Amino acid sequence: MLRLPTFRYLQPRSLREALAMKADAGPDGMFVAGGTDLYPNMKRRHQEPRVVISLMGIEELRRLDGWNVGTCVTLSALSSLPTFQRSQSAVAGAAQLVSTPLLRNMGTLGGNLCLDTRCNYYNQSYEWRKSIDFCMKKDGAICWVAPSSPRCWAVSSSDVAPVMVAIGAEYRLVGPQGERLVPAGRFYHNDGINYLTKQPDEILVDVRLPAPNGWDAVYHKLRRRGSFDFPVLGVAAWIQWNGKKVGEARIVLGGVASYPQEVAAAGAALEGAPLSDEAIAAAADAAYQPSKPMDNTDFDLSWRKQMTRVYVKRALEELRARH
Amino acid sequence: MSNESKVKIALSVNGEPAEVAFAPHKTLLEVLREDLGLTGTKHGCELGECGTCTVLLDGTAVLSCLVLGVACEGRAVRTVEGMAQNGQLHPLQETFADLGAAQCGYCTPAFLLVAEALLAANPHPTRDEIKHALAGNLCRCTGYIKIYEAVELAAARMRGEVAQPTRESLYGR
Ligand SMILES: Cc1cc2nc3c(=O)[nH]c(=O)nc-3n(C[C@H](O)[C@H](O)[C@H](O)COP(=O)(O)OP(=O)(O)OC[C@H]3O[C@@H](n4cnc5c(N)ncnc54)[C@H](O)[C@@H]3O)c2cc1C
Ligand code: SF4
Ligand code: FES
Ligand code: FES
Repeated sequence: MLRLPTFRYLQPRSLREALAMKADAGPDGMFVAGGTDLYPNMKRRHQEPRVVISLMGIEELRRLDGWNVGTCVTLSALSSLPTFQRSQSAVAGAAQLVSTPLLRNMGTLGGNLCLDTRCNYYNQSYEWRKSIDFCMKKDGAICWVAPSSPRCWAVSSSDVAPVMVAIGAEYRLVGPQGERLVPAGRFYHNDGINYLTKQPDEILVDVRLPAPNGWDAVYHKLRRRGSFDFPVLGVAAWIQWNGKKVGEARIVLGGVASYPQEVAAAGAALEGAPLSDEAIAAAADAAYQPSKPMDNTDFDLSWRKQMTRVYVKRALEELRARH
Repeated sequence: MSNESKVKIALSVNGEPAEVAFAPHKTLLEVLREDLGLTGTKHGCELGECGTCTVLLDGTAVLSCLVLGVACEGRAVRTVEGMAQNGQLHPLQETFADLGAAQCGYCTPAFLLVAEALLAANPHPTRDEIKHALAGNLCRCTGYIKIYEAVELAAARMRGEVAQPTRESLYGR
């Protein structure tokens, strides 16, 4: 059996209690929601908290209140909410594309947005990692993907995060210093090790989705199998329509960097004009240029880069077709 | 691990109240197999990647390799051992056996439970709905078609229809 290391498990009933438990545990404490990311990681000794604090018993985190979604709502619940399917369907659609029905019954929105970054040299058992003398992200000194690099290039692999950045959602965080509201785009760092701007003792409480107001968004995911697999490329596209013309647009790529990467030039290529084939091709090309996947996930690197163009085009064509 | 203090929880296992003591970092999978002696639930990858450890927790299909035992206090767990009643196999078990939907059988307990949860929510699933519901369970033997056919046949029988397997699902074309 691949066993968890030993730890103490705490089940707070309120945010206050959870924050106090984390303050007591210090850096040895970690929050857990569905556990579908943290527990596999603990089995491989990526994370080794001595105290694990479950957020699932906190009523406030399970709330669904208009466009505010509590972070302990499961991905299954998120993908089958009728109100979502009409208006903010890209959020529900991305949640539905995560892994398998069984994992979606367990995994939560918050865990998905805080998902650890991934890499072929990292998501391996302790023994496997030891045999290559580990790497910079955990227990080692060098990066096997880019050995001369001072940083880690592990990949942002959340399906829902690129959508949140694209639609301009806001995250509400509560920590020892109080509460703050962070735009999704400022929640992530392009760094495989320090991939969140969140402090370890802050809890992600809920996500505020923008009200439906003439905008539309879609998410397209590339993976090897139609189930189970993490994205090797995700494309979230958002458009604020202005009649037949594109008012504003955002294109955000998942699976190609250590954060959900917005390509501002791709959005700019669309603004102020109808969504013509030429405009779509220009945006797809603008997204292709800075898309620089590293050789640390499934599939051939250059093919993944090429697919950026194809997936951006498909996403925009879908938005055009349903406008 | 031996001298580590244990936790004790009360839960319902296959409809019966149970109390069990175990090391607090154990998964539900480990507690079921090692502390409750219920080895019908199989262990595969233990990382959420195969589905063979599936059980129903308060009626929802979850991966027991990623659920902590201590998180199950007061909850209802259903494993494959609970499916047969009074020596009678569950209709899904009957059709899985009759149609060759189980070969080596390692994935079977999980498929049965996921199918049971599906049919409880949707007694009349289409082939596509069955495929989607079972998309978190790997089988390396059957090629899945026989599993879909077995779920369809059991669904029909559970709706009270007098359904027989098609000739080709028993003997091929
Ligand atoms: C086989 C497999 C396939 C997968 N495929 C996909 C996939 O295709 N796409 C995808 O996006 N993900 C995938 N995942 C990853 C994961 O299952 C999901 O992202 C899931 O949503 C994580 O949620 P969780 O509640 O289980 O997270 P947890 O494991 O509970 O937590 C993950 C991290 O977030 C932190 N955290 C969780 N909630 C909060 C909160 N409210 N506040 C502060 N910190 C918090 C935890 O401390 C931890 O560091 C896969 C996982 C597995 C094992
Ligand atoms: S990108 Fe480099 S440092 Fe980061 S996990 Fe992979 S091998 Fe390790
Ligand atoms: S043992 Fe493979 S998913 Fe649990
Ligand atoms: S019957 Fe052998 S794995 Fe499914």
